[in-house]
Amino acid sequence: MYHRFDAVIVGAGGAGLMAAAQLAGKCNVAVITKLYPVRSHTGAAQGGIAAALANVEEDHWIWHMFDTVKGGDYLVDQDAAEVLAREAIDAIIELEHWGFPFNRLPDGRIDQRRFGGHTRNFGEAPVRRSCYAADRTGHMILQTLYQQSIKNQVVFFDEFMMLDLLLTDDGVCTGVVALDVETGEFHVFHSKAVLLATGGYGRVFKVTSNALSLTGDGVAIVFRRGLPLEDMEFYQFHPTGIYKLGILLSEACRGEGGILRNGLGERFMERYAPTLLDLAPRDVVSRSIYHEIREGRGVEGKDYVYLDLTHLPKEVIETKLADNTDFVRTYLGLDPVVDPIPIQPTAHYAMGGIPTDVDGRVTVDAQNTPVPGLYAAGECACVSVHGANRLGTNSLVDLVVFGRRAGKHMLQFVQQNDLHPLPKEPDYRARAEVEWILENEGQEKVATIRAELQEAMMADASVFRTGDGLRRMQDKLVELRNRFTRITIDDRSRTFNTDLVEAIELGYLLDCAEAIVACALAREESRGAHYREDFPQRDDANWLKHTLVTRTSGGLELSYKPVIITRFQPKERTY
Amino acid sequence: MQVTLRIQRFNPETDTKPHYREYTVEVEPTDRVLDALNQVKWYQDGSLTYRRSCAHGICGSDAMRINGRNRLACKVLIKDLGPKITIEPLLGFKVIKDLVVDLEPFFAQYRTVKPYLVNDEPPPTRERLQTPEERELIEDTSKCILCACCTSACPIFWTTEWLGPAAIVNGHRFLFDSRDRATEERLAVLNQRFGVWRCRTIFNCTEACPRGIQVTHAIEQVKRRILFEQS
Repeated sequence: MYHRFDAVIVGAGGAGLMAAAQLAGKCNVAVITKLYPVRSHTGAAQGGIAAALANVEEDHWIWHMFDTVKGGDYLVDQDAAEVLAREAIDAIIELEHWGFPFNRLPDGRIDQRRFGGHTRNFGEAPVRRSCYAADRTGHMILQTLYQQSIKNQVVFFDEFMMLDLLLTDDGVCTGVVALDVETGEFHVFHSKAVLLATGGYGRVFKVTSNALSLTGDGVAIVFRRGLPLEDMEFYQFHPTGIYKLGILLSEACRGEGGILRNGLGERFMERYAPTLLDLAPRDVVSRSIYHEIREGRGVEGKDYVYLDLTHLPKEVIETKLADNTDFVRTYLGLDPVVDPIPIQPTAHYAMGGIPTDVDGRVTVDAQNTPVPGLYAAGECACVSVHGANRLGTNSLVDLVVFGRRAGKHMLQFVQQNDLHPLPKEPDYRARAEVEWILENEGQEKVATIRAELQEAMMADASVFRTGDGLRRMQDKLVELRNRFTRITIDDRSRTFNTDLVEAIELGYLLDCAEAIVACALAREESRGAHYREDFPQRDDANWLKHTLVTRTSGGLELSYKPVIITRFQPKERTY
Repeated sequence: MQVTLRIQRFNPETDTKPHYREYTVEVEPTDRVLDALNQVKWYQDGSLTYRRSCAHGICGSDAMRINGRNRLACKVLIKDLGPKITIEPLLGFKVIKDLVVDLEPFFAQYRTVKPYLVNDEPPPTRERLQTPEERELIEDTSKCILCACCTSACPIFWTTEWLGPAAIVNGHRFLFDSRDRATEERLAVLNQRFGVWRCRTIFNCTEACPRGIQVTHAIEQVKRRILFEQS
């Protein structure tokens, strides 16, 4: 089927719906989403969304900007961080006016809580900057934005999976191709502008907080079309995933006073971050947990430590951390009011992704040359406001600030530009991929290859990395790719074929893993979430630059682009 | 431990009516039912079809009937069910394939309650004020994830067209929001013949809610609001 729109948004999480809110009613816009709209993973975000409202104590956007830059180990583009910190305030107020149910202060203003890496006066002490709705802030963002979409009568194509991005020979974006999962039909969406808001790719790792659907679809498709990806080596592990399951326990647990303890009962963060302690940024805390485990101070010598909330008032645990309490009771059978909680770091957030400028335009080189008509926002994009390590709450800020900016810029773009003709047979690549998977006869199972990928990435490309481990991972990827050509799926039907969907997704995961590993192997330094045991120091002289990785006929090519530094010169990063 | 899953299957391309198939899987007692379903799909029968995403009770994708009760497959553990588990699609909706149902009628009902804040007064430059006590009134109903467990557990919904618990919960969420200005319009929708009065306070919805929302209580609050606003 053929559709024509001014603008097409792929993904119905926070970034996609925020952009849709800017376009609805002003141009002809459609949202296509692999899931139902309120199923997107924005809804799993818990603790809060930062903005220097200064409702509870003195705060300034420039302090937020500084924390973001330092949190990102100075790999952050500071022009983008300034936009993030300034516009966070407007975005929060806009959400409030749309009905977002923030927790309140007694005088009726929005309440704010502490969060990791957010400080007063350039690092002095934790500051109350995170606005929140109990511990379901992401859920309320997703609901509020979906409510606005209904109010604005946005057109949705639910359970449509993007398969291809359409570009003309001279590099202008003209639409996307998607599979209607329910019917198995191919749909060509011809449009002046496309926003990719497809989320992250945590499923490349075994232990992850990410939904099963987070397989890097948009990122991989862009990569396949020969466009570069940026800073793929920077992948965040959140310190507090439920042991073995990886389900996220919010940083808000520590924001409300929770403490990490090793097997000896010690508050070990005193050793690693004497000022911010348990509220140090996530890369620091995750590495500290692994140090403790490696030195035999995990609980019972095993590979986990405790998140201890037992000293907090029961009421705080039950009301401000209600969902977290529910997770612990449901999945561990423990009660956080009296039991310490077994946790381990869990793969959580991709700092890297599709390079964009501050208006969400996808860029292709070190000069930030944009692809006309192509936009990206949210976790799949790299603006870069998170640099080498994202601060807690800044993902939700990123979604609303840059989803909004991308939407506004797209509106201008579609009003000023004509529709470009589609390439001939626009859906041939998508059809070929699907037909190949449906008809392929081999001995390999998708789930087996995926499990091996996730195990190997966890072992060799997660919190601690070495040149040897990454080279081993590269070899493993060659083997897995080879085996992927011999997969067979059981379900050959057209209707709601999730066997097919998972096979396509595995292809995307392999692309993302390949990009991560190539970039990580090249970067011979340690910065933020990228920690090389063979190069443990940050090396600004050689590596204060963004990685760009491009797939070419000769393999992956790496190039670099400068970091934009405006207000804060790189300094040693201690907490 | 070994468990046997008895799963209702239906492929519209080959089947005229649903049937059951049994699968035996090796799982941990602390595994989720979703983990057991994944075991089947990934290693035994890739054609088994169900929705799932977040796997921890937040996205609402994997609502289904598990041993006769509406649950999220990712929020119920094997150890709480025993070695034989029957899994069927939600009742009251058209089955698309296996455990996947057509939720469009559910979302259509949701849209009728105007599930968005209505307030045409010019907004202040900062946030609108709302006291913690006012905010508390919508704490429970704003937790809804639209999974449809409540609505499809309601016997009235199985036989009669009506708003259903989830739509009313979302109506409540705005009706009781101190910032909202559409009380009359909202009450008109909720007070219609197929509105709140179809509720017979059976409490199935409250039992089914994976978020612990006091659904029946919310419906009763709406009924009382209608009575008091009219008197």
